[in-house]
Amino acid sequence: MPEKQKPAEKRKAPEKPKVALYWCSSCGGCEESVVDLAENILTVIDAVDIVFWPVAMDFKKADVEAMPDGSIFASLINGAIRTSEQEEMARLLRKKSAVVIAYGACAHLGGIPALANQFERERILRYIYEEAPTVINTGGIRPMTTYKDNGHTATLPVFRHVVRTLDQVVDVDYYIPGCAPTPKLLLDALLALLRGERPPKGTVLAPDTALCEECPRKDSKPTDLHFTEFRRPHAAPIDPELCLLAQGFVCMGPATRGGCEARCIHGNMPCTGCFGPTSRVRDQGAKILSSLASNLDAQEDKDILKILEGIPDPVGTFYRYGLAGSLLRRALKPL
Amino acid sequence: MKENGEIRIGFYICHCGVNIASVIDVERIAAYAATLPGVVVSRHYKYMCSDPGQELLGSDIREHKLNRIVVAACSPLLHEHTFRKATENAGLNPYFMHMVNIREHGSWVHEDKELATGKAQDMIRAAIRRVRFHEPLEKKRVPVLQDVLVIGGGIAGIHASLTLANAGKHVILVEREPTIGGHMAQFDKTFPTLDCAACILTPKMTSVKDHPNITLWSYSEVVKIDGSVGNYTVTVKRKPRYVNEELCVGCMECIEACIYKEGKWPDEFNVGLSKRKPIYIPFPQAVPPVPVIDPEHCVHVKTGKCRDTCVAICGDRNAIDFTQKETLTDIKVGAIVVATGFDIFDATQIPYYGYGKYRNVYTALEAERLINASGPTGGELLLPDGHKPESIAIVHCVGSRDVHYNRWCSRVCCMYSLKLAHLIKERTGAEIYNFYIDMRAPGKSMEEFYNRVSEEGVHLIRGRVADITPQALPEGSDQGGYLGKLVVQAEDTLIGRVRKIPVDMVILAVGLVPQKDAEEVRRMLNISCSTGGFFLERHPKLAPVNTFTDGIFLAGACQGPKDIPDSVAQAGAAAAEALALIDAGSVEIEPNTAYIIEEDCSGCKSCIPLCPYTAISFDEAKKKAVINEALCKGCGTCVAACPSGSIRQHLFEDEEIFSEIDGLLTYA
Repeated sequence: MPEKQKPAEKRKAPEKPKVALYWCSSCGGCEESVVDLAENILTVIDAVDIVFWPVAMDFKKADVEAMPDGSIFASLINGAIRTSEQEEMARLLRKKSAVVIAYGACAHLGGIPALANQFERERILRYIYEEAPTVINTGGIRPMTTYKDNGHTATLPVFRHVVRTLDQVVDVDYYIPGCAPTPKLLLDALLALLRGERPPKGTVLAPDTALCEECPRKDSKPTDLHFTEFRRPHAAPIDPELCLLAQGFVCMGPATRGGCEARCIHGNMPCTGCFGPTSRVRDQGAKILSSLASNLDAQEDKDILKILEGIPDPVGTFYRYGLAGSLLRRALKPL
Repeated sequence: MKENGEIRIGFYICHCGVNIASVIDVERIAAYAATLPGVVVSRHYKYMCSDPGQELLGSDIREHKLNRIVVAACSPLLHEHTFRKATENAGLNPYFMHMVNIREHGSWVHEDKELATGKAQDMIRAAIRRVRFHEPLEKKRVPVLQDVLVIGGGIAGIHASLTLANAGKHVILVEREPTIGGHMAQFDKTFPTLDCAACILTPKMTSVKDHPNITLWSYSEVVKIDGSVGNYTVTVKRKPRYVNEELCVGCMECIEACIYKEGKWPDEFNVGLSKRKPIYIPFPQAVPPVPVIDPEHCVHVKTGKCRDTCVAICGDRNAIDFTQKETLTDIKVGAIVVATGFDIFDATQIPYYGYGKYRNVYTALEAERLINASGPTGGELLLPDGHKPESIAIVHCVGSRDVHYNRWCSRVCCMYSLKLAHLIKERTGAEIYNFYIDMRAPGKSMEEFYNRVSEEGVHLIRGRVADITPQALPEGSDQGGYLGKLVVQAEDTLIGRVRKIPVDMVILAVGLVPQKDAEEVRRMLNISCSTGGFFLERHPKLAPVNTFTDGIFLAGACQGPKDIPDSVAQAGAAAAEALALIDAGSVEIEPNTAYIIEEDCSGCKSCIPLCPYTAISFDEAKKKAVINEALCKGCGTCVAACPSGSIRQHLFEDEEIFSEIDGLLTYA
């Protein structure tokens, strides 16, 4: 513990480094992962002052605005960017922080919210506010960005056309991957930064080798994998020892950065790719697609299509977390 | 990003005479390139590949301290080597030179000059962006195995094998049939010299058998090919002939002794015109002179119950061996000569010529057997009803030069039709009518042969045959097995009249087509086919026996219809090319190979089954994939498929490709 206090002593500043946490378009799991630090959260609290964390502490936007530019040691922002409010907060925190960390798959890659990029904005709003089976909205009322009533004006953020990753909106220094990141990655990253370590800008603070490297089932993967069918985890029993790809389950492990301690695999579920690609890959979905498709055990079109029937939702399978940051990014025309 | 120091690019655009300059505005492009970042020198020149063109490039490198070169000219296939050499001669690593193909991909395929110039501009911008990221690379040398595989034992395969064997190389000749000899063994005499085919072929066949440097595997097929130039591993399937080649002395007593006293099944060598027994030899001079047992019909093989008269007569020679099984044998060779030959056009595809319907309609190959002294009739040309034909029509271009069947000219039919006309006239005195579209007689002594035959009284009628129908017999007349005449109808275009000629016999001059399994063989060899399905040579003029796969050469009619002299000439050329390759002892391999960054590889094994050259293996100790650079051909399959981006490829690094794409898609 004394070791962790050193940086603060070095600075000879009475105050501890300031840290901000914020969430944008996300499920809250990333916030949960901070809490999952458990007793280690005390280590963090010892080392830093949390100056902004809306989910847990009562600070306001105005409090942040009042801080000098660059005065926050690090801001950990989770969630993708869909609304004007999220943009505004991301920009504000960027301005006030020395280091901005995209925390979790949504800020890093777009995450689950970015799957909405398959649909244009109008279709999303129409479905949510008019067509969904649980909605009764005979007047076809939609949310408005401003509403005047009785001399008062109420406002709502603008719902943008597309979901973006954090680095498509503001400059990002580091990334902590995962849906959600493991507490270990968070702790390691924070402590390293506090020690004064500064990896090259843009570094994803996790190992840069694919998951297979640390997979407990690695040895059971054959060298001549040929897919004759793809199976879905809910539809077939899963052997707890054997490589999931060898069983015909789509496992994103070969195309996904490791460092998650193979948690899903230990839970007998295939990797879904939340850590994103390695630094050498631009498009995780394209890569795994290229790899799996190359190993289909079929020559004729009809046999190939038959095998691919086992993957009814290719975007949701291969781009589950990465659509916004991928080369595909979004659908330009209504699907 | 690996830009080392200042990038100084030299850009050159070639006029290629008028090939490029007549469509693409080379001056404008040279001026445009000069404005791009990093370009120090930008020139256009009439012939960049000429000596002065290369010297220009060299002196610029020295004078302007250029460290990257972009040449916009023809296909890299043609001159990449030239410009790399020129770059190297000027002291720069040759892989700092990049070529842009604005001829085959530009001026030759576009008419609109403005658009073509715009496209060329985009392409050179892409190249200029890409070349920044080029790295110095070194070629490597790998040793070449000294044995050669020849696939197919027709005249081409025989000649190639003998040439290589005479040069001291060990040849493995694989032939699918029980004997070598191919189509030539079936012919009677050969045009234009009228040599007897067997007389000139069988000595060569015997030489193959006796040659110490040739291993002949007849009744065998190549089933798998791995590896690459200089280093092929070939799997050969050896079918059981149930007669031990080592022990058999070729006395043929077993055939006599077979429980079947007469032949019962169509004889393949005589194209079904005679019958053979379950144990047979294709023809008396077959090589190897060893009978073969047809497992479909041999009573012992089928039921296990036979008096085994063949075994009894063979006695203590013990050559008959029913325990033989199909085997797969791996051989290692440095080069492969493909001489798999041709098939004949299936005349039943043209219903109005009546082949397969009228018994007196024959193909030319059947006619060859009928007039051959060792053929089914002992050389006497007889109709199926035993009559001697008094009039015969020979129909040229059957299945050739025809939009409905094959567009190509089969090249040998005119001459073999004239040869058949001559031989049949000489032997039977029958009236011969040759119906032709154009008489094609190019080549040495061919026109003379045509003149000779036309002076012998053969009727040459210029007209495509439209129909062949049986002549109506008087009502009530007893046919008594008589076949009746066939009326051949054609428009004689020289006199402008339709002619209907009744004849006793029709011979269809069927064209040459690729072997039925040419596509499978092509896939196995990883070579290409031309539109007709014949194997594609690397260059029709300058590399006629090479393929696009190094170390694989073509000989004979598998590359396209050919007569015997051309097949032999090409076989000699293929043998010489193979010899040049293996005799050098080693081959240079291009450095555009794939490589694995060891610490990045997760050992997911995705790449291993994908490599067409089996260059990737799994290191069980390190748990990583390993590429054998000597086997890698730089196809890029594993690079694209590596799910973690841990396989890279020299000359196709991500930076190079993405900067090229950026350059292409950027508006100027």
